[in-house]
Amino acid sequence: MFGDTSLTQFIFGRLTWEAIPYHEPILVVTFAVVAVVGLAILALITKYKLWGYLWHEWFTSVDHKKIGIMYIILAIIMLLRGFADALMMRLQQAIAFNGSEGYLNPHHYDQIFTAHGVIMIFFVAMPFVTGFMNYVVPLQIGARDVSFPFLNNFSFWMTVGGAVIIMMSLFVGEFARTGWLAYPPLSGADYSPGVGVDYYIWGLQVAGVGTTLSGINLIATIVKMRAPGMTFMKMPVFTWTSLCTNILIVATFPILTATLALLSLDRYVGMNFFTNDLGGNPMMYINLIWIWGHPEVYILILPAFGIFSEVVATFCGKRLFGYTSMVYATCVIMILSYIVWLHHFFTMGSGASVNAFFGITTMIISIPTGAKMFNWLFTMYRGRIRYELPMLWTIGFMVTFVIGGMTGVMLAIPPADFVLHNSLFLIAHFHNVIIGGVLFGLMAGLVYWWPKAFGYKLDPFWGKMSFWFWQIGFFFAFMPLYVLGLMGVTRRVSQFEDPSLQTWFIIAAFGAVLIAIGIASFIMQLIVSFLRREELRETSGDAWDGRTLEWSTSSPPPDYNFAFTPIVHDHDGWYDMKNRGYERPLEGFKPIHMPKNTGTGIILAGISVVLAFALIWYIWWLAAVSFIALLTVAIGHTFNYQRDFFIPAETVAATEDARSKLLAERT
Amino acid sequence: MPKPFSLAGRSMISVLLLSVLTGCNMVVMSPSGDIAAQQRDLIVISTVLMLLIIVPVIFLTLFFAWRYRQSNTAAKYDPEWHHSTGLEVIIWSAPLAIIIALGAITWVSTHKLDPYRPLDRIDAARPVSEETKPITVEVVALDWKWLFFYPDYGIATVNEMAAPVDVPVNFKITASSVMNSFYVPALAGMIYAMPGMETKLHAVINKAGEYEGLSSNYSGDGFSHMRFKFHGVDQAGFDQWVAQVKQNGTILNRDAYLKLEKPSVREPVRYFASVEDGLYDAVLNMCVRSGQMCMSEMMHIDMMGGAGVESHENRAKLEHDNRHAGGVTETAAPGATFPETGNPARSEEPAAGVKEEPQTPQPMNHDIHKTN
Repeated sequence: MFGDTSLTQFIFGRLTWEAIPYHEPILVVTFAVVAVVGLAILALITKYKLWGYLWHEWFTSVDHKKIGIMYIILAIIMLLRGFADALMMRLQQAIAFNGSEGYLNPHHYDQIFTAHGVIMIFFVAMPFVTGFMNYVVPLQIGARDVSFPFLNNFSFWMTVGGAVIIMMSLFVGEFARTGWLAYPPLSGADYSPGVGVDYYIWGLQVAGVGTTLSGINLIATIVKMRAPGMTFMKMPVFTWTSLCTNILIVATFPILTATLALLSLDRYVGMNFFTNDLGGNPMMYINLIWIWGHPEVYILILPAFGIFSEVVATFCGKRLFGYTSMVYATCVIMILSYIVWLHHFFTMGSGASVNAFFGITTMIISIPTGAKMFNWLFTMYRGRIRYELPMLWTIGFMVTFVIGGMTGVMLAIPPADFVLHNSLFLIAHFHNVIIGGVLFGLMAGLVYWWPKAFGYKLDPFWGKMSFWFWQIGFFFAFMPLYVLGLMGVTRRVSQFEDPSLQTWFIIAAFGAVLIAIGIASFIMQLIVSFLRREELRETSGDAWDGRTLEWSTSSPPPDYNFAFTPIVHDHDGWYDMKNRGYERPLEGFKPIHMPKNTGTGIILAGISVVLAFALIWYIWWLAAVSFIALLTVAIGHTFNYQRDFFIPAETVAATEDARSKLLAERT
Repeated sequence: MPKPFSLAGRSMISVLLLSVLTGCNMVVMSPSGDIAAQQRDLIVISTVLMLLIIVPVIFLTLFFAWRYRQSNTAAKYDPEWHHSTGLEVIIWSAPLAIIIALGAITWVSTHKLDPYRPLDRIDAARPVSEETKPITVEVVALDWKWLFFYPDYGIATVNEMAAPVDVPVNFKITASSVMNSFYVPALAGMIYAMPGMETKLHAVINKAGEYEGLSSNYSGDGFSHMRFKFHGVDQAGFDQWVAQVKQNGTILNRDAYLKLEKPSVREPVRYFASVEDGLYDAVLNMCVRSGQMCMSEMMHIDMMGGAGVESHENRAKLEHDNRHAGGVTETAAPGATFPETGNPARSEEPAAGVKEEPQTPQPMNHDIHKTN
């Protein structure tokens, strides 16, 4: 398009018109829909003059509650993308039989399964979990914010930046065609020369900065900012699991960062860490990525375990059975999760003793996990169970998850793994634990803490619809995959020859449709509840007769969370306070020291996205400019001395009086 | 609220499930090779062991969920009951007991079914005797087809292999470019095929038949069609198959191999009546193309103390993955020593077994590669 190719190349790197996939009808339609919806949203925001509000109240906010909510919004948006990928795969596999190519060629299909895995783990499960930890942990420990509020805002925007980079690959260039962990040599420059793997690398690197920093932040918060009297063994279980999860994050995400950095060096400057040539060793990558990757699944499941513990105790109206053993089980899982990574590649030819060692350590994890299961069970025993939505998700979890646990232990036996590895049995297993464990936990948590965050409960009808469609849809979608795995069908195949498999894939596709209805019901639940919010309003602040400190404040909590820092005498601090006839202090308020909002986080993340884009497309001048800009803004921010302010005592008193009035109206 | 299934309903569902499952061909649960059969047995045993815990847990979950529902005021409610040492002991020790049992089974079976371990039985009734002569098959995963060498017969095939029934097969497995995984579900579990590395598999087929073989590790565009037929045949049938390959086959030399290894999808079955000497070892050591240095050679140079400043001369000869770009000189680099150049080794120690050992270049053992 320009005469001077070298100049064009200098300006645009390897970005050309061919990178825009206008010849792929599926993508063009997707783009059109995204563009129309996106423009409509932007127009609405402009029409209602919401830009200032969004910028000042949300984007630049350092309030852990708002950041937590934004994390969860990000997760829900990305869930829709990741699930769209899942539906496309299910449809392709259901029709690509008898010589039919299906509707997706391998080039497209391979990007979709890679994107599905990356998005669901990094941009759905991770932000969802981080969102809950952000929102709930400071409230549960009686703190006014996290230890490093600005860092928190920056972490969030870096996660968004990673998501933006991944989404960009849909319309500019392509995504990786390597599977979600990008094993070399396939992901090396020789076999994946395009931009796909670079999108993958930089998307994860940018988001990884956010995840690691948020891990550091939450550890510091939990260790240093607990309310007086809350010793470690009086912390709520969700805070405990958050602590363990963040320790795992801080210990393992640097490994991911380093591994991807080595892969980038291979791809960008011709080094040979993981190549076939010149002494490179691809198996090193596979070890490293799983040393991160296995703890990662515990990073996701531990907070879900914490949510279930809170929900079970609350809705059984009973103190959690075996708190101490629950805490120790969590810590044991945290430690064991580091010494099991090799079970992801028993079939790569390790010796029998090595395989047996890692197989047995893997099985040992099922002991503390089993203990947790029994603890929830015996919390229900002699309880008085209220079947609100969070409890339904919990029961669904307990029944579903144990099946996934069982198949997990089967996969941990190396000789059995030799026939099940990479099969659809494996796919069924990890969806069994991630949907039946993590996702059900997150859904339970969402309905449980929604009234805390927004002051009204979620509509139970659509919630029950969502639960049953998810639950039944899950069995329809994944039980056939267990069967297919036992029929010797392996993963990531886009076309099939054996027609006897088709029935099972059609059942699985039907299950995916049920799950789609489950997701639609969930969205309906949010919409309907918002419209009916006045009827569903909850003014006590203690929507479920809760037990932990977050239920002692108003719903939604004031900016400062607690007018006075609570003092804890027992675990289940709020339950204990209620029992001892706690009276809310009504006077003597003092000015409250709070952090000030800042736009630096979103600016830094924006520049990081530009830098990543420049690196992906080899636009070196832009990379240099944005890198310098990144440093300048970061250093510039250190000269920002206007970082805090005081909420005047009068404002606090007014807020608290308003709440007193609301509470008085209730009685 | 969830209700526990009635007993009749549950047994009906299980009968229904069983009839559906037997209707489809669950090759993993009814394999035709002894190794796969033992792996199947492990799946069954471990499932039964775990059901000892899983079934009571699911049952108790549903039972407690029903029994302690809020509307059932007859059930005992004890909000402060949260500890019981006896129960704690049980909930930790019951899973522990199961895992000790499973752990013991795991340790023993992992060693017994180690794919690197030569077979000691043909099936449950027949041990391997002195007379049993295993056949060797060297497998190469190419983009996106399978190449099988039969060194005992001097033949090779693409996308089809055969093995006599009840004769142990020793597989040596590698790949030309990216990772794949060699898997014949009816025969034995899978093992990865990786470039520059060799993995091993020992297996035996006990029933005649035509079985599916495939790559079970994603390897790029043509991966979905990386399938082949595995024929289990009697000895006469096998001899006939070998004769057929010899009769209909062409010659597989380095040039033919280099053409064959170029990426292609849905490659038809091909026979090669004769194979150039040392081709498999050259594939394994990534030096099929003329002018390339074998990895075993480079490893030997390194073991002997390295080629010093002249190492960079070897660089281009060790680049294998950019082979489509071409442009490698044929002359020996100054740093090269062993064994093709005939230059003396740089270390005091003579290059061990250069001439004595018939097998040069040495097939690289996968374990050696890992310890490097």
